[in-house]
Amino acid sequence: MTLAKKKAMTAYVFLAFPLVFFVGVRFGPMLYAMIRSLTDWSLLRKTNQFIGFDNFKAVLTDPVFLKSLGNTLRYAIVGAPIVIALSLGIALLLNRIIHARGLFRLIYILPYITPMVAVSWVWRWMYQTPPMGILNAMFSALGLPAVEFLISPDQALYSILAVNIWVELGYCTTVFLAGIQTIPMDCVEAAKIDGASERQIFVRIILPLLMPITLFLMIMQGIQFLRIFTPIYNMSSQAMGGPLDSTKSAALYIYQMAFTKFEMGRASAASLVLFAIIMVVTLLQLRIFDKKANNQE
Amino acid sequence: MTVDKRIGLGIAYAILSLLSVVMIFPFLWMLLSSFKDATQIFQPGLFPSDPTFENYIAILFSGNSRFPRWFLNSAIVATCTTASVLFFDSLLGYTLAKFEFPGKKIIFLLVISTLMIPTEMLVIPWYAMSRAMKWGNTYWGIMFPGMISAFGVFLMRQFMTSIPNDLIDAARIDGMGELRIFMKIVLPLVSPALATLAIFNFIGNWNAFLWPLIIASKPRMFTLPVGLANFSGEAGSDWHLIMTGATVAMVPLIILFLIFQKQIVRGIAMTGLKG
Repeated sequence: MTLAKKKAMTAYVFLAFPLVFFVGVRFGPMLYAMIRSLTDWSLLRKTNQFIGFDNFKAVLTDPVFLKSLGNTLRYAIVGAPIVIALSLGIALLLNRIIHARGLFRLIYILPYITPMVAVSWVWRWMYQTPPMGILNAMFSALGLPAVEFLISPDQALYSILAVNIWVELGYCTTVFLAGIQTIPMDCVEAAKIDGASERQIFVRIILPLLMPITLFLMIMQGIQFLRIFTPIYNMSSQAMGGPLDSTKSAALYIYQMAFTKFEMGRASAASLVLFAIIMVVTLLQLRIFDKKANNQE
Repeated sequence: MTVDKRIGLGIAYAILSLLSVVMIFPFLWMLLSSFKDATQIFQPGLFPSDPTFENYIAILFSGNSRFPRWFLNSAIVATCTTASVLFFDSLLGYTLAKFEFPGKKIIFLLVISTLMIPTEMLVIPWYAMSRAMKWGNTYWGIMFPGMISAFGVFLMRQFMTSIPNDLIDAARIDGMGELRIFMKIVLPLVSPALATLAIFNFIGNWNAFLWPLIIASKPRMFTLPVGLANFSGEAGSDWHLIMTGATVAMVPLIILFLIFQKQIVRGIAMTGLKG
């Protein structure tokens, strides 16, 4: 056997188990979900009939699913841009200061590494109505009216969204700061000598150079917010996504369909719809950013 | 420094400090609440008027508390999956970086493309699979979806490419076996990357919620996040106990964070891993 052949053999031996894993635990289940979404698969009945696209018709005409999709899009469209804009601003401020940069960054990362379940319950406690909730106690001390937060169908979604933003902020700030620090300083210095204003330096030099990182973060955060589940499960009463389904996300709808109603076929169909939305949003962002990047050149 | 610049710098520090308060206050409030008893918890004021350790005793040491078991479950799950991920991800990364063989590109693309499949979709077939195999309420059932992480493969492959080929070939000429080359020569060279992968994987698995929530239905098999969610859902207005439970779930991570802050910051900066 030649050396090249021997090396190839070794490679296949090393790859054997991981490939079984990726086929058995990722691709296989994905295909399985796709096929079973076309059946009336349920854990409560023994039937398993092919029913075509009936599950998709059923979920896409279910007002609760449509509401959860609308909520999911609201989480993503409001949440992701706010996280990106805030963290870019914070990273620029961090880059400007001289002392305690590492300490600030450390403090901002803290929410990101702590368990989302624990964090959700801490915020739920802070969001309580007067006289229990500390936030409302602060508001009343400042002479402000009480806020309903999680019990109001209009405010609950944004109250939960705020927690998710608070969690993701430190992560994005750290990525942005690392990006800013790779910008060549002589580039900025040269522009300064040529009489460029701070604003011009920011818009013409720093922002374009941060474009790839911004795109990466937009896509990652977009996906993150489209898949939001844990804070809603833990911050809404009885984990139901209430009040009045006002905070229910697509992920929570899928969970309830599959694991409290045991309609696995229908849940698979709903999960494919979510998958499709994630793909479309990601591709859309790629295209928009591509155009912007091209315009700048 | 001009006056303008100084004012600007002052404003920057002020904003960043204010933000620090926003980031830290919930943790502080949780900690302070955990030292209050059932009546103090509803009294106004930040600090407990009569600090008590009762809640911690109830949660950590009372006979009917399940927190110690959940703590143990989380530790087992996070440790075992991390060990598996470290071994297989670096093996896969090494193979994809340092070997030439037919189908290499396709295999790499296949592995990376699994990152796009949302967990929400996979949990349904995983659950069916676990029922058929009787994996419900077992450690293996909780752990199997995370035994290899595609992101880690990507990360390790990046690091492995920087290892000089001569080093590996020299070991081959000396007659070292392929697995020994991997264990004794390659792995020590990428230990910083391994440390980063280990800490992120551990945190990710310690915090994981959706799949453990589905697969563990018996309280003795809950992980800490699932246990905490369940406990808190049933605790009603016992906020002092909920906040103590939350503190208990967080403390190991905060300790890890303080020890490995460099690896964590570097890991996030490198691209950031989650989920």
